[in-house]
Amino acid sequence: MSRGAGTRAPLPLVLAAGIVVGALLLPLAYLVIRVAGSGRALEILGESSTWRLVWNTVLLAIGVVTASVLIGVPLAWLVTRTDLPARRVWSAAGALPLVIPSYVAAFCLLGFFGERGLLSDALGVEDLPQIKGYWGSLLALTLATYSYVFLLTQAALRDLDPSLEEAARGLGVSGRRAFARVIAPALRPAVGLGALLVALYTLSDFGVVSLMNYDTLTRAIYVQYKSLFDRAPASVLALVLVALTAVALVIEYRTRQRGRLYRTSPGVPRPQPTVLLGHWKAPALAFCAAVVGLFLVLPAGVLSYWLARGIASEREFEAPFSEALHSLGASGLAAGAAVLAALPVALLALRYPSRTSRMLERLSYAGNALPGLVIALSLVFFAARYASPVYQTLALLVFAYVVRFFPQGLSGVESALERVSPRYEEASRGLGRGPMQTLALVTVPLVRSGVLAGAALVFLSAMKELPATLLLRPIGFDTLATEIWKLTQVGAYSRAALPALVLIAVSAPVLYLISSSHRFESGGSG
Amino acid sequence: MKLIGALAVLAAALAATGCGGGSDGPLTIYSGREEELVAPLFEMFTEETGIEVEVRYGDSAELAATIAEEGGNSPADLFWAQDPGSLGSVESQLVELPEEILDRVDTRFRDTEGRWVGTSGRSRVIVYNTDALSEDEVPDSVFDLTDPKWKGRIGIAPTNASFQAFVTAMRLAEGDEKTRQWLLDLKKNDPKEYEKNTPIVEAAAAGEIDVGLVNHYYLYLVKEEQPDAPIANHFLAPGDPGALVSVAGAAVLASSDQEDDAERFVEFLLSDEAQRFYVDEAEEAEYPLVEGIEPKEGLPPLEELEGPDVDLTSFGAEHEATIELLRETGYLT
Repeated sequence: MSRGAGTRAPLPLVLAAGIVVGALLLPLAYLVIRVAGSGRALEILGESSTWRLVWNTVLLAIGVVTASVLIGVPLAWLVTRTDLPARRVWSAAGALPLVIPSYVAAFCLLGFFGERGLLSDALGVEDLPQIKGYWGSLLALTLATYSYVFLLTQAALRDLDPSLEEAARGLGVSGRRAFARVIAPALRPAVGLGALLVALYTLSDFGVVSLMNYDTLTRAIYVQYKSLFDRAPASVLALVLVALTAVALVIEYRTRQRGRLYRTSPGVPRPQPTVLLGHWKAPALAFCAAVVGLFLVLPAGVLSYWLARGIASEREFEAPFSEALHSLGASGLAAGAAVLAALPVALLALRYPSRTSRMLERLSYAGNALPGLVIALSLVFFAARYASPVYQTLALLVFAYVVRFFPQGLSGVESALERVSPRYEEASRGLGRGPMQTLALVTVPLVRSGVLAGAALVFLSAMKELPATLLLRPIGFDTLATEIWKLTQVGAYSRAALPALVLIAVSAPVLYLISSSHRFESGGSG
Repeated sequence: MKLIGALAVLAAALAATGCGGGSDGPLTIYSGREEELVAPLFEMFTEETGIEVEVRYGDSAELAATIAEEGGNSPADLFWAQDPGSLGSVESQLVELPEEILDRVDTRFRDTEGRWVGTSGRSRVIVYNTDALSEDEVPDSVFDLTDPKWKGRIGIAPTNASFQAFVTAMRLAEGDEKTRQWLLDLKKNDPKEYEKNTPIVEAAAAGEIDVGLVNHYYLYLVKEEQPDAPIANHFLAPGDPGALVSVAGAAVLASSDQEDDAERFVEFLLSDEAQRFYVDEAEEAEYPLVEGIEPKEGLPPLEELEGPDVDLTSFGAEHEATIELLRETGYLT
């Protein structure tokens, strides 16, 4: 199936991948240093409260992953492969919740569904079911993360080789069975990666569980950090998160191994066959409307309501212009840097599979479930000591984003690479091109949409990043996320609503550009 | 390759917007105090002294952890924190301040070793919903809140530093046993838990709870957002742990290469002009700490506020035991 393991990877590729993964492991090294200095590790691991936290955390991750797959996959199929009206709009709206910072999502959901929130005001009833705790966290985190599954599944569906499905249909297999037999297995790696990103995000999130008052490992790590003196307990809990990451990686790896399908027809993608929805059109539209209504219109509506309330009571507003530029710039840099860094790691893992290459790739995920605060403090530790010229510069901030969101870039590149047959590269090599030339001229263009999807994920995540931004940004480098934080800190929601809406608004065109560049690429030449 | 070119251009453009990190030049301040509340004070300082300042805003405890991780290489010259606990946690990295600065405030509002000094005061109070309760129905002691009649009506923020400092005060004044019992009894009344003070005050305004344990000045912030909110503060009886008066405070870092300018800033914060800022300008009505400057109208004078007899200096060191107690009694995991 894949390239023989006997082929040796080119040295520059190995070096590049090694350097990237080494940098990504800095937070882990920091945790080990912190824990090694203290004898309390075993004691903390033995406490029953630690295991209750693990249980709570796992329960939440499973819930959010399940909900995200159930929502993200059907939505992706509907907007990519059917004659659903206004597909482009649904497509952008399905990805947009990714820019809503999860703490803002939680604020909005509480403001709407919460005790004495907008909904109970409107209905005039007081005893609505509570959305705090587990279910509230589940809802807010699904809002913040289902788009990972949606975007990756969508990219996979677009790149899917239509000849596979045509062959199945030609053999007399019905449409539904063709989906089960051909499409579903081909999607499995992308859905698995999306689910992995959702799980890692859920493990690392502090904003939602803190507002929803649900105890997880990350919340406990924050509380521990605030108990100030001994940093070892927080570090031990953080290492437990790393262990949970390892479990998630194993599960994901298993799902990925089960199916592998490459594109076999000529390199230029052909337009996909469109499924006619017929009398399923109304339910399909209702599903899309429900998802977009709950996860995008509702938070944007609550924010607009707060903004209107602020305007009515004549509060002062300032257009967050420079903040928006800073957010866009730093996130753009992070997105580009993350996919550039992901390329060697993904190529090595998928084109030169060996124990080492696979290990490198898996290791690059190690720090991704860590809370932003832990990653930020680890970089404070190393940069202030060993790299003071870059400490608190834009370069370090971008680096922090890459460390935090690397797997999102990697997932885009990998899921695209998995669907491109190595045979094109072999052909290129056979025509006398060197490995690096083949990479630049054949491989990268073929995985372009996946690279774009990966860059988009990193971009959107970096746009809303807060904990690392607060500690590592150059002084005075305000972003939209820090602006929202600054205002919610003093309870000024009506004024915080403006930067939050701007965050959604400036991200929308970026998503639109990405989807239209893809259309040009595939639709234009078909 | 186009991508790399685009990235380089973007990086250059951002760098040109003026955001480099240099060690000397302006005074670097880490501020756990909210930008929305204190930014004008920095401008006043620069106007008066000509000394430029650069401010890194963040959460007090997170900034304290940052200073600890930076060690001797901290770019910060000065740390201005929300609470004595955060200052105490980095006390080994602070210098002793000159007598004439320290003497501006009462000894109960500064470090016994002179490494940090309070810059403004805040009192713990009970915020209550004025539709649900009249002021004489609100308890004068936190110990009354364990009465079953308050079941489901109380709001607290156990993960927040200000609630934890109040528990530390109770431990120091009344002993660990009595505090543990109070925490357990309070738990039987199913207090509603919030992330921090502001949501408690908002919940009281919405009638979600009737009483909440908070710092006094959050009331003013919520009133700014909802002027007609039916809420008021009740100050507790003298000596009650729930009447703790704590401070925000400033400290100069030993690793600073601009100690003189940093001290001038602390001096400025304790000048009559800056202290009057809390009375005349600020939205949130904190207490000035320098003698002779009266607080905002409607607030009881500082001398009348008698919290428990405790030493704020020890709050940093006592914090861990407080966290442990809150964990044992089920408020934290």
